[in-house]
Amino acid sequence: MLARIKQFLGIGAKPKEVPKEEVEKVAEEKAKPRIGYVHLSGCTGDIMSLSENYDILAELLTNMVDIVYGQTLADVWEMPEMDLVLVEGSVCLQDEHSVKELKEAREKAGLVVAFGSCAATGCFTRYSRGGQQARPDHESFVPIADLVKVDCAIPGCPPSPEIIAKTVVAVINGDMDYLQPMIDLAGYTEACGCDLQYKVVNQALCIGCGTCAMACQTRALTMTDGRPELTSARCVKCGICYVQCPRSWWPADRIKQDLGL
Amino acid sequence: MVLGTYKEVVTARSTDKEIQKIAQDGGIVSALFCYALEEKLIDGAVVAGPGKDFWKPEPMVAQTADEILAAAGTKYTFSPNVLMLKKAVRQYGLEKVGTVAIPCQAMGIRKMQSYPFGVRFLADKIALLTGIFCMENFPFASLQTFISEKMGVSPELVEKMDIGKGKFWVHTADDVLSIPLKETHGYEQSGCKVCLDYVAELADVSTGSVGSPDGWSTVFTRTDAGETVFKAAVEAGVIETKPVDTGKFGLEILTKLATQKKEKAMKEIDRRKEMGLPVPFKASSEKEDPLANV
Repeated sequence: MLARIKQFLGIGAKPKEVPKEEVEKVAEEKAKPRIGYVHLSGCTGDIMSLSENYDILAELLTNMVDIVYGQTLADVWEMPEMDLVLVEGSVCLQDEHSVKELKEAREKAGLVVAFGSCAATGCFTRYSRGGQQARPDHESFVPIADLVKVDCAIPGCPPSPEIIAKTVVAVINGDMDYLQPMIDLAGYTEACGCDLQYKVVNQALCIGCGTCAMACQTRALTMTDGRPELTSARCVKCGICYVQCPRSWWPADRIKQDLGL
Repeated sequence: MVLGTYKEVVTARSTDKEIQKIAQDGGIVSALFCYALEEKLIDGAVVAGPGKDFWKPEPMVAQTADEILAAAGTKYTFSPNVLMLKKAVRQYGLEKVGTVAIPCQAMGIRKMQSYPFGVRFLADKIALLTGIFCMENFPFASLQTFISEKMGVSPELVEKMDIGKGKFWVHTADDVLSIPLKETHGYEQSGCKVCLDYVAELADVSTGSVGSPDGWSTVFTRTDAGETVFKAAVEAGVIETKPVDTGKFGLEILTKLATQKKEKAMKEIDRRKEMGLPVPFKASSEKEDPLANV
């Protein structure tokens, strides 16, 4: 499974080259993916959202994955090798420790996932500008893709419990088709409610369906005369409105499969 | 397949005289929602209800048959129904939501169900998605131009609007007026021009007027959920059906219009891609079936 994902993503060899036979052996044994969790400048809401998969959580944590690292999840101090690391929160450039932890996660994990909008787009930490005690110098927060290569992004403030569960299952099954939009979204780091105007309305694509206004998690969007209207003071730049818009990207095959059509 | 994947297609109408009187065509959406409410298959439905201005709809959550019937009839302008789904679940506390959607709205809803990035605990609460056929939609100002300027009718006098037989029709209490569809060109919403779906291919049940006689609707059952509820409604006697006309005035005309819409859209998609503009659909050269909604 992991070999397939790596091959698909074109991830080069990690520092220690693992022999091909060994990778295949691991894949055959269907080893549980070793998942780590790194908490940068986030609010823990993303990992809370994962835990809201009440029905499947016990099965997920005990039988489907190994949580090998992460504050609030595992009592481990040294960052181990991981197949996948979920990074929550953006990274503060003035916080040496955060930068170091992110770089270390990139080195030790096969896949780096920007988990939640803070990690993916910066989200509301985009508004940070320092000047507060006890660290008035802590003013610059960027999405993690500004510092390390990100393999896929799960935006949302927080991402829904369902998308987290679906992603984990897709990773376990090596379902690259399902993950492809998230791989593409790793490049979507400068998000804002005004993307709807720039990338949809301005491009003659808006059809006034209202999906963006439904998706907005802060009610920053309303529909006026069939077009999204942004109250920018309410926008946290999570990117969800544009991500959820049927005219931004269109997963037709997956939808038909899900509906049995 | 230009009509999408479906289990069965029939011609049908509501057996309720009151629905027949106020419905656009066969009253299928109204009848299905009223039936589903009664049988507790849904506990509410998002519909295009009446708004402040005449013929400018507002999405609303209907929880009674009266509220559903208040939304009957086609309004040829935007009703962003999808945004009300979250309200239906969060503010109204509905567990099983019905909704009526034109093809693009169905696309927004289905994408949200397959990829619910920020939309928690909503995807599995859409219990019944009835889709309606849609050739194109108009901004409200376009509609005002047709009615007030081109036909010289005051919007509050209008009882029904209809597009068919190459014309845009307006019915008042004592008059039937029309303008040729040619005169509506240039007034359409731009986003419709790249739309590859005419018959709501992603709905549970989709319905529309083309292909059936006046007062009747053409109905496709598509998903298992859609088939179940439609069959139950027919069995309960709230909807009557007859075989769809497979000839010139039935499936043939429907296929023709669907093909026309898709071919035109495909041309526009290719044109926009050539200009380097973003379009979320594949170019015709990139896909097996150039008319598929991908």
